[in-house]
Amino acid sequence: MHVRNSKISLNYNILFEDGAEEFKDFIKIAYKALGIDYPKFFKMDNLSKLALIAADVLIQNMENIDENTAIILSNRASSLDTDRKHQESISDIDNYYPSPSVFVYTLPNICIGEICIKHQLFSENSFYIFENFNPNHLWLQSEYLLKTGKANKVICGWVDFDDSNYDAFLYAVEKNGDFDNSIENIKKLYLCQ
Amino acid sequence: MPIKELREELKKKIIDQLNLEDFSVSDIEDDDALFGDGLGLDSIDALELIVMLDKDYGIQLTDPKEGKEVFKSITVLAEYIAERTNK
Repeated sequence: MHVRNSKISLNYNILFEDGAEEFKDFIKIAYKALGIDYPKFFKMDNLSKLALIAADVLIQNMENIDENTAIILSNRASSLDTDRKHQESISDIDNYYPSPSVFVYTLPNICIGEICIKHQLFSENSFYIFENFNPNHLWLQSEYLLKTGKANKVICGWVDFDDSNYDAFLYAVEKNGDFDNSIENIKKLYLCQ
Repeated sequence: MPIKELREELKKKIIDQLNLEDFSVSDIEDDDALFGDGLGLDSIDALELIVMLDKDYGIQLTDPKEGKEVFKSITVLAEYIAERTNK
């Protein structure tokens, strides 16, 4: 599934599209349009909102998701969007009021925690920072988790947010599942619009 | 500031600063519990309220036990602020 260019799509089908130019408007409209009821969503930073919506759409369409589902995510900008907000709040020593609710999102893997809390997933998880989308690494990590029995399923992907740019791509892999977990296929799916 | 206005001000600040998207000022009763079964605020929200007290009202809350009582409801919070700022 993809979230990019004001569109949310799953298996090549556009589920939601809106002309909102700003991410904050787009993601809020998408949240309501997709019928998600999770008030904590509005307390999250942009990266977590993006990851949560993407994961929700994917998980809703997965069969038999269980708590032994791992999550491996990656991006380029880490949590830079929120890091900047936190930095602004502590840059003036005479007006030094860092926000706890901003600070808690100054790590990219927090977005995985938000997904795990909402969907009650208790398996392995990790977040990697790469210059560009890295299908080789996602393939390697997901194969390791499945072949060693550390997870029954693995949700993998790229969730990147920086400035006003956003891009999310998630897919799910399982042992002996239908998904073609080859590097070539992962790369091809990522590049699909 | 009259205590009634202070209560309304606090409701607006709490909704805005804690991103309570599903709430409006009229949804919050003066004596509603802010934590637990009331507005459902969590520990990070409590920290945010402590920062708000310091930033907006110049009140530094350092005793956790005091915080538990102060953040009981809008009524209690407004009275606590009014006593210390004469607002």
